[in-house]
Amino acid sequence: MNVNEPFDVFRARLNSGEESCEARTQQYLSTISRRKNLNAFLSVFEDEALAHARSVDKKIKAGGAGHLAGMVVAVKDVICMKGKRTTCGSKVLENYEAIYDAAVIEKLRAADAIVIGKTNMDEFAMGSSTENSAFGPVKNPIDETRVPGGSSGGSAVAVAAGMSSTSLGSDTGGSIRQPAGLCGIFGMKPTYGRVSRYGLVAFASSFDQIGPFANSARDVAHILKVIAGHDERDSTSAKLPVPDYLAAMNRDVEGMKIGLPIEYFNEALNPEIRSVLEKRIAQLRDHGAEFIDVSLPHSEYTIATYYILATAEASSNLARYDGARYGYRSPYAKDLSEMYTKSRSEGFGAEVKRRIMLGTYVLSAGYYDAHYRKAQKVRRLIQKDFFDAFKKVDCLMTPISPTTAFKFGEKVDDPLQMYLSDIYTVSANLAGIPGISVPAGVDRQNLPIGLQLLGKQFDESALLKVADFLEQQE
Amino acid sequence: MAMNEKYEAVIGLEVHAQLLTNSKAFCGCTTKFGNTPNSNVCPVCLGMPGVLPVLNKNLVEFTLKMGLATHCRIAPKSIFARKNYFYPDLPKGYQISQYEEPICQNGYIDVELKDGSTKRIGITRIHMEEDAGKSIHDMDVDTLVDVNRCGVPLMEIVSEPDMRTSHEAYQYLSAIKQIVTYLGICDGNMEEGSLRCDANVSVRRTGEKQFGTKTEVKNMNSFRNVERALEYEINRQIAVIEDGGSVVQETLLWDADKNVAVSMRSKEEAHDYRYFPEPDLVPVLVDQTWIANVKSALPELPAERRNRFVDTFSLPKYDADILTLEKELADYYEEAAAKLAKKDSESYKSISNWVMTDVLRVVNEEHVKVNDFPISPENLAAMVNLIGEGVISGKIAKEVFEEMLKTKEHPRTIVDQKGLVQVSDAGALEKIIDEVLANNSDQREKYRSGKTQLFGFFVGETMKATKGRANPKIVNDILKRKLGE
Repeated sequence: MNVNEPFDVFRARLNSGEESCEARTQQYLSTISRRKNLNAFLSVFEDEALAHARSVDKKIKAGGAGHLAGMVVAVKDVICMKGKRTTCGSKVLENYEAIYDAAVIEKLRAADAIVIGKTNMDEFAMGSSTENSAFGPVKNPIDETRVPGGSSGGSAVAVAAGMSSTSLGSDTGGSIRQPAGLCGIFGMKPTYGRVSRYGLVAFASSFDQIGPFANSARDVAHILKVIAGHDERDSTSAKLPVPDYLAAMNRDVEGMKIGLPIEYFNEALNPEIRSVLEKRIAQLRDHGAEFIDVSLPHSEYTIATYYILATAEASSNLARYDGARYGYRSPYAKDLSEMYTKSRSEGFGAEVKRRIMLGTYVLSAGYYDAHYRKAQKVRRLIQKDFFDAFKKVDCLMTPISPTTAFKFGEKVDDPLQMYLSDIYTVSANLAGIPGISVPAGVDRQNLPIGLQLLGKQFDESALLKVADFLEQQE
Repeated sequence: MAMNEKYEAVIGLEVHAQLLTNSKAFCGCTTKFGNTPNSNVCPVCLGMPGVLPVLNKNLVEFTLKMGLATHCRIAPKSIFARKNYFYPDLPKGYQISQYEEPICQNGYIDVELKDGSTKRIGITRIHMEEDAGKSIHDMDVDTLVDVNRCGVPLMEIVSEPDMRTSHEAYQYLSAIKQIVTYLGICDGNMEEGSLRCDANVSVRRTGEKQFGTKTEVKNMNSFRNVERALEYEINRQIAVIEDGGSVVQETLLWDADKNVAVSMRSKEEAHDYRYFPEPDLVPVLVDQTWIANVKSALPELPAERRNRFVDTFSLPKYDADILTLEKELADYYEEAAAKLAKKDSESYKSISNWVMTDVLRVVNEEHVKVNDFPISPENLAAMVNLIGEGVISGKIAKEVFEEMLKTKEHPRTIVDQKGLVQVSDAGALEKIIDEVLANNSDQREKYRSGKTQLFGFFVGETMKATKGRANPKIVNDILKRKLGE
């Protein structure tokens, strides 16, 4: 029984009665328990998942089971599930139980997917290594001395280590794509507005987007098909029909135009990563795809712009964790002012506090124009760079991360180095465009190297098509 | 007063109006007042992690009504912003408001001053926002928070610094109340907090162009308090300057019990709200069709209605002012006027008198709302019709009015049941008058010898004899004839 087999294959065997959801769920639960040391999960819904699996088995037998019947999903602990702890990897919400289901949870349930547990993450999705979790770091299953990437490290590891068939993460600056790359799996950040954010605990509202991790491009498509679409509870979700992603995945790349941003393929690019990407470019070229050099002239401002705007929004989004109504309240506070300062100082971790301070600063009177307003303008220029590039090409190919999985502690004390881990991924969040991380090869240490495909707004289909093609190549 | 003439005040008002939408600004919770604390809530207005606001279209619609009623320019695209501050009754840690690019700008209201002249007060902007909850401090335990009010829609109307006296400010505020109640978008109740007013006040030497240092006065929770607080603050600032000091920019809270404005500690007002565009909401787009639809559905506004009352009903301006002060009263008058049998200026004036004196007296004494007034406009008109037809006298009508208040019966029923029909039968009255004259021969002699002021005495005696039911006009005619004989 291969837990990494594509969902289509598994589903066919479910339908024919050769397999059961219950057995598969049990298998995932065993792996979770066996590999507890990876620290990928913050909660596991053992009995509930098994009971759900049994009911889905009945439904499959009776006919009329949903699109994701038999898919076992792990959910990043930043997505609300009613009655379940939703910690966001923070001491502040250590004992917080959500009082409602996120839109994506409702959709997964309606499609008969089974949620197996909630995964570990960098606190409030702030980080690139999952070392910022209040509940301990997540280990990379390929080399346990290394990070899995972040912030959705737990969700990436759940899929990479066979603890669930797919998982959901959230991507604000690369938090799905970068850990997918470092763990050697697929991970997609859909277009901003494609998936409802209702029930996704906000880090940076104009950047955040929920997306899937999977072992195959087709599985990404299966889950995206279910979670995408307009939701009237999220005013920023797009009123657009959801295309048939699976139908678009015909593995025919003949005539596709793929752009290579010259700013991303500069001399600073790690040679091993470059050579893996070049091999993949050659495969696509051999099948009739055309590669064009494009320029994204404002690339050098990406990280700065991102860290001004995302932290500004975060400083406001995280204001509600004040100890007044729910979450951590300092036992040492003697008055209202102390309740705020002590609860927040004791509750939040160092990286979260750093970003709240940065965000508060850039919004402050006298600094707003120089920082926030200017960054908003640059954001529009970066968006324009992409729109201009997409006039010439169907999608872009770039590296996903400057390095492969790094060692624990290697960057955690150097925030700037850590921030630069996102250099290839944040631009998609600034521009609101979709991106996917595709396993592309390994380095000398056998660590995964991923590549990133970036697409036009709401054109996830093109990315899935190319990703699926690449998956078939060796 | 001489001192005051050397100086001129400069006043601008910020008025918050709680809007009468059924649901909150950004979620589906009810806005109903007076429910159990913390019961009108959902994850969204509780600010739970992961929730998102969804704009209530009526908030936009109501604000558009106000903007159009006050001649504002409507922004085709406006945006929401977050106003960030920490307080226990603010669950998200920010209030959704508008900052840059508000929905309405550059309007005005014409207000009438004591001397009958009209002054135009500019409106800088009107924007939409959500209310915070309520902190209740005066309990034995710690502070309690009721978040029912969280997310209730508000409209903030910011005036230009165009007012020069507390009276002008009072008139402006009254005009706003009148407009919002006419539009049906706010109940205009300052005491209950559905209309709130903060003032920016400064003084300068008369004739000077530059503004003085301003202070902000808050917590004026009645129209009277606004006038008093502004008067107090203007005089205080003048005294400071006269003493050679300078006004400090600060926020003052009006203490209505002590009649003083008390400075808030500067620490509490040192706010940097760090406004920035609300990323969870998309821009509000208002097209010309929407504007045209709202405009065409606007009800008649107070000033137009007052003028129409003068023109249509030939009422004195004084009457029209009082009758149109509140929309409900104007509606009441108009409904009654429509039921008059005789559509002439005399009847219109007559019913105006009844409304201004008798109806308003009961409304004010009994604190009833005009809409709940026991006598329907139809019945009041029917009563005035009975006077016009000579069925009852004006004097009897007072009795009928009181009875209608108690029983809500139709006046005709009351008149019939109580036998209050006026005696207009000249023959019958002549008999009674003959008796009166016979019983009072002394007075009759005195009258004849020139003491004509005794005429009233005979009218009174006749009325007494008929228990007030005699038709006064016929009594007069008969008495004049008989006494003249």
